[in-house]
Amino acid sequence: MVRVLLFGRLSDIAGWRERTLDTAPLTLFALKALLSADAALGEALAGKGVQATVDKVLTRGDMALPAGAEVAFLPPMSGG
Amino acid sequence: MVVRLQTEPFDPGALLTGFCRDRSETGAVVSFTGLARASAGETLQLELEAYPGFTDAEIGRIAEAAVARFSLHDVLIVHRIGRIAPGEAIVFVATASGHRREAFEAADQLMDYLKSRAPFWKKEHGPDGARWIEPTARDLADAERWDGQT
Repeated sequence: MVRVLLFGRLSDIAGWRERTLDTAPLTLFALKALLSADAALGEALAGKGVQATVDKVLTRGDMALPAGAEVAFLPPMSGG
Repeated sequence: MVVRLQTEPFDPGALLTGFCRDRSETGAVVSFTGLARASAGETLQLELEAYPGFTDAEIGRIAEAAVARFSLHDVLIVHRIGRIAPGEAIVFVATASGHRREAFEAADQLMDYLKSRAPFWKKEHGPDGARWIEPTARDLADAERWDGQT
């Protein structure tokens, strides 16, 4: 099971902000591929400067997602 | 050191009074209050999104580095999230140090970071609908002033 959070314009594009996916263990890139079934979201996730966190820690590259992981996709940060 | 994100409005004067209380070693307290600005009479409302648990932790990391770099006695950062109307206070930063120079510089650096790189996503609601906004070139240039300095 994976909890997915979208921030900023990503949630506007997808039409949702938070979703729990009941999946077998998977990697971050596999999760992205799964979410890209929504083509508009897939394109946005592949966009410049989009970062991902796993359990609130920024990631680099692919990684296996721990069971019950919270994965967030963050578009470029705007500052306050 | 305290970093707080909140949807409720805050009173900058009360925050400053509280921050100054019970300090015998501190010679200088600098505070900055940022207000949400209306542009050219348009009724714009800001909406600020944060990732609780991540945004505050990232800001805390930067604040800790500032404490070490400027030998601060304390830092308080309060940032509004959610909808903010023009004229309302959106951010409050206070720094305490032995002498004024460090407190001024630390507050300046923290604000440059908060305005350009802190993990917020900002939406502007205007008469023609809503749009997401990115940091301005000036915000980014201000933040870069501090890069690579030790």
